[in-house]
Amino acid sequence: MSTQLKNKLIFERSREGRRGFRVPELDVPVREPEEMVDKKYLRVNETSLPEVSEVDVIRHYTRLSQKNYCVDLGFYPLGSCTMKYNPKINEVTAGLAGFAGLHPLQPQKTTQGILELMYDLTERLCEVTGMSWGTLQPFAGAHGEFTGMKFFKSYFKKRGDKGRTKVLVPDAAHGTNPASAHISGFEVVEVKSNEKGMVSVEDLKQHLDENLAGIMLTNPNTLGLYEEDVAEIAELVHDAGGLLYYDGANLNAIMGKSRPGDMGFDVVHLNLHKTFSTPHGGGGPGSGAVMVNEKLEPFLPAPAVRKRGSEYYLDHDIPDTMGRISGFYGNIAVLVRAYTYILTMGNDGLKRASELAVLNANYLKEKLKGRYYLPYDRVCKHEFVLSAQKMKDAYGVNGTDVAKALLEFGIHAPTVYFPMIVHEAMMFEPTETESRESLDNFIEVMHEIADLAEKDPDKLHEMPMSTPVRRVDQVQAAKHPVLRWQPE
Amino acid sequence: MFPYLPHTDKEIKEMLSDIGVDSIDELFADIPSKVRFKGDLKLPKGQSELEVYTRLKTLADNNRQAVSFLGAGNYDHIIPSTVGALMGRTEFYTSYTPYQPEISQGVLQAIFEFQTLMCELTSLQVSNASLYDGHTAASEACALAINSTRKTDTILYSGTIHPYTKQVLETYFEDLNIKLVELPEKEGVLDTDSVKSRLGDNVAGLLVQSPNIYGNLEDYTGLSDLLHEHKSLLIVSSNPMALGAIKSQGEWGADIAIGDTQPFGLPAYYGGPSVGYIAATEKLLRKMPGRIVGQSVDEDGKRAFVLTLQAREQHIKRERATSNICSNQALAALGNTIYLATVGKEGLKELAEQNMQKAHYLAEKLKKEAGVKLAADQPFFNEFTLELPKKAADVAGSMEADGIFAGVVLNQLDASKPDNLLTVAVTEKRTVEEMDRYVQSMKGALK
Repeated sequence: MSTQLKNKLIFERSREGRRGFRVPELDVPVREPEEMVDKKYLRVNETSLPEVSEVDVIRHYTRLSQKNYCVDLGFYPLGSCTMKYNPKINEVTAGLAGFAGLHPLQPQKTTQGILELMYDLTERLCEVTGMSWGTLQPFAGAHGEFTGMKFFKSYFKKRGDKGRTKVLVPDAAHGTNPASAHISGFEVVEVKSNEKGMVSVEDLKQHLDENLAGIMLTNPNTLGLYEEDVAEIAELVHDAGGLLYYDGANLNAIMGKSRPGDMGFDVVHLNLHKTFSTPHGGGGPGSGAVMVNEKLEPFLPAPAVRKRGSEYYLDHDIPDTMGRISGFYGNIAVLVRAYTYILTMGNDGLKRASELAVLNANYLKEKLKGRYYLPYDRVCKHEFVLSAQKMKDAYGVNGTDVAKALLEFGIHAPTVYFPMIVHEAMMFEPTETESRESLDNFIEVMHEIADLAEKDPDKLHEMPMSTPVRRVDQVQAAKHPVLRWQPE
Repeated sequence: MFPYLPHTDKEIKEMLSDIGVDSIDELFADIPSKVRFKGDLKLPKGQSELEVYTRLKTLADNNRQAVSFLGAGNYDHIIPSTVGALMGRTEFYTSYTPYQPEISQGVLQAIFEFQTLMCELTSLQVSNASLYDGHTAASEACALAINSTRKTDTILYSGTIHPYTKQVLETYFEDLNIKLVELPEKEGVLDTDSVKSRLGDNVAGLLVQSPNIYGNLEDYTGLSDLLHEHKSLLIVSSNPMALGAIKSQGEWGADIAIGDTQPFGLPAYYGGPSVGYIAATEKLLRKMPGRIVGQSVDEDGKRAFVLTLQAREQHIKRERATSNICSNQALAALGNTIYLATVGKEGLKELAEQNMQKAHYLAEKLKKEAGVKLAADQPFFNEFTLELPKKAADVAGSMEADGIFAGVVLNQLDASKPDNLLTVAVTEKRTVEEMDRYVQSMKGALK
């Protein structure tokens, strides 16, 4: 096939009059739109929707799918993203018609099964995190962070404590943390990391005043290190009248090993699409379930899932609720998958998953640190950060070059240029579902790239060569934005 | 034994030895004893696939369904087989956000097509890659209006928008010193005469919805001009299925279009996943929330797609970002794209017209044969509101016994509404037999 045919947009495949869908025969009297509704309410311009056959649709999107890398094809060591295998039983259970066909407003006595699942899932997530109850509504991690910040707001409002306007965020935090605190009406103050790559307790102490609302922390942090002072930080923040928020992006490191509730956190968000194996779908839908302790339970968003006797129900009557954060009850199909995963793994399996995730990360770290600079050389949890700075200085090969070379070798790139406290950062998270052969192959490839950096850096600058497209001109994309196809 | 954990005991031993430790526990020795979890999580132990499936199937079977006339933001439409077949391709659903364009052209091109489709439907110039749902899209649209207009602190909204949208807006804006002002309704639609007196330098925009919560279509003639005279923006929320037949947001002169694309190939799924769509005029591009895909070229000059304009986003701008959104509803937006490609230009028009024809058939028949009346004499698309001589909850309860979900009881969404309003949605899936049965059941319920 010519490349031209292969690379068309669906609109460019359109042929006037071609159809891919038969609408059922109308079984009520035909009436023209103008007979039912005054013309001023009717659409004037035709759309340029594609006119294609079903075969066109299937071939077009099947070909597109083949231009996409995915976990089912191979290793995806993207740091902080927990690209573990997405079990197929999850897809089967999520596809059950008894779930998929439910309308969110049908009577609750007809939705007891899904409500039980939501209740049971909440209970299990509370056990894993050491919290008391929660909400499954947030659609994504950042939405969970927003919900967490609303818990802060509601708590201080209830206490009449108006001056608590400041949220502390470590300099190594995910970008969503400061953004979420900001859109929730807080002022963001950065806390520095110390030489060990952890939150500096000394710097933290500078910010503990009567304006403190709390702190957002990830533990293990974005360097993959367990914050060894977390208990002291919790005590300091609580003593200063603040609250603690746990960003659960990295929970995959510590299931059954350490619980945010026991560390002293008041509110926790989880990424069910990371730790609990639900697929990422090319960028969503995810789920950012939020768990809280008893102190914050009165402020849950409405409605909350509750149980009365043997009946499950949606509780809209929450006097101190933060309000409604989404239209209905969250990404329910994602919840079904996460629940399936928890049943499959059980207490023993979840703990084992964390153990092997940490084993895999430490194994990679030890095998790579001789060739790549490891700025924080200590036992890591589920991920670790290398720096390409020395390679860049010596051979002109930067983090992007290493990332793009990996693509050429059929492996996904690490997260690059994050966290910002490491120059030329490359963050690797192997997850527990990678076998030793997969890790060994990766190590071999990384060594080959390091060899190339020394001997033939230009070759690295040219990579990738054999991917569906080569390096893309991002400057042109931003300077002259073309954001949609235009009909001729 | 855990099927997703490949390590053999021998491999674990060798790996530990390569790391230079004796046990896995040593790798967790950095967790201080005080915060170390000792003992076992109080969860049952792992189960086989069959056991897990049996449990899930039992839960699924413990839900009941009926012939559904429920709507209010979530509808029972036909889903062509292409949608499930292609969304189920593992290359799509097991990939991450397309940060590496060289190996993500599939998702990137599909999003580019999604953006184009949303622009086409709304008659506006730019769209993003998706937001969470129609209600949170309203919050993002209002934030976009505030961020794009100078020195404003007020959002006006029509009393006829979805009550849940109002509640989401309240949660979103209550701590941001933004005032939300509700404008009154008149005979089931926004009282447009009330707009003018509320406008002023402080107003960033007006949010309206058509079809509105009652299902009624609203007339926005002259509204955008009025708002633009006061440097305010018009935000119109629409059920996108309706856009196959009714006037689009761009045609009304709106600056921002939003809504929820669940009707386009996504199962009801107890309310999620769905997709919030947002499209706007070109002028608002740099303040748009969320991910945007752009067209560019690769090193060989070949057309290629890439995430672009990322300087707006949280991972670059941190607390100064236009929004905190990161993960969106990409796979569901892909489903929308496949749906729209499948039904195509003529299919969407026909579907929209059938929705209208069937809803009008049922409404007329109810008026004639069940003696009920519509709450307002207004044009509608596929949803209308009945004013019943009895409590709507009682009528719906009685009809449920006949195997019919009769509609949404409006005062269950918003306690301030009268308790005799029932909003009925009729999609192309409802047959004439089902509708005739509806009328009989309604007659019985009103006896």
